[in-house]
Amino acid sequence: MNRVVIDKDRCKACKLCINVCQRKLLELADELNAKGYHPIAIHAVEKCTACGLCAIMCPEASIEVFKEIKVKKTA
Amino acid sequence: MAEEQVIFKRPAALTEKYFHYCPGCTHGIAHRLIAEIVDEMGIQEKIVGVSPVGCSVLAYNYFDFDFQEAAHGRAPAVATGMRRTLPEDRYIFTYQGDGDLASIGMAEIVHAANRGEKITVVFINNAIYGMTGGQMAPTTLPGMRTTTSPYGRDTTLCGHPIRMCELLNTLVEPRFIARGSLSQAKHIIKAKKLLRQAFELQHEGFTFVELLSTCPTGWGLTPENSLLWLERNMMPFFPLQVFREPGTMPETAKKYAPDLKVKDDKKES
Repeated sequence: MNRVVIDKDRCKACKLCINVCQRKLLELADELNAKGYHPIAIHAVEKCTACGLCAIMCPEASIEVFKEIKVKKTA
Repeated sequence: MAEEQVIFKRPAALTEKYFHYCPGCTHGIAHRLIAEIVDEMGIQEKIVGVSPVGCSVLAYNYFDFDFQEAAHGRAPAVATGMRRTLPEDRYIFTYQGDGDLASIGMAEIVHAANRGEKITVVFINNAIYGMTGGQMAPTTLPGMRTTTSPYGRDTTLCGHPIRMCELLNTLVEPRFIARGSLSQAKHIIKAKKLLRQAFELQHEGFTFVELLSTCPTGWGLTPENSLLWLERNMMPFFPLQVFREPGTMPETAKKYAPDLKVKDDKKES
């Protein structure tokens, strides 16, 4: 499964990543972070294609994206 | 555990310190692009930055390499001094906003470009003075409301905005002049390529990259709307293009070609 690591305390809830996500997987969380913002959270990580657009758009460099390398099964 | 491919990781050339910029400010994106390029080129030990006065005055806190603060607008002059005293292999860049570069530092930037100093200038243009509270800058668009032009910029009184890339493109010496934007993911990827090209060409001559940015707080818009505002209003006025690459020169600069010299009357007679 692809992995998205969000540094919640860096997030300032500008929502630029939410708009850029083609699959609409990001949303603001209910809890607050240390700065008093509602940080972003990913809700259906299994649908993530690891395109990395959210990380490119994030002004705080708070998102890290990892893509799983699928190994083809040989018969 | 399955093997993973890193799509995006926080660059090593950024420190762990949190940015002080407002939510949605594109300064963070510009910082990250520079840090990524420093990582890719492996020049963390050889690069020196010069920070301006403006919102990015504290940029030295966020980059994990040498940085120097300059007086307001004088970053190109400080970078000139560094270029002439430090060893040849150093990379030197200035990071300046539009109030710093196009207003207070206009003389320094034009003369540094005219001398062809071997530095890279990263110019962040958001059409407003951000740090001091949203006053009118030289790049403010006609009719744009700021705290010092509450009825919109009056061009009969304040003139039209300055297009820095076009202005510097009339000079002979600069090697690379380009304008990018930070409004969309595709423009950010292109902007990174422009910055990379500028850093690679730095040892050949003066390189200049303008990046169109937002100021959600100064413009009074949400971060998402400020990106739309940038695309709708700033991009028609400041077209995205590469103005100068090695080997190209516009007609105005060609007219005063580098090999054109004063005719020595005494020798001829």
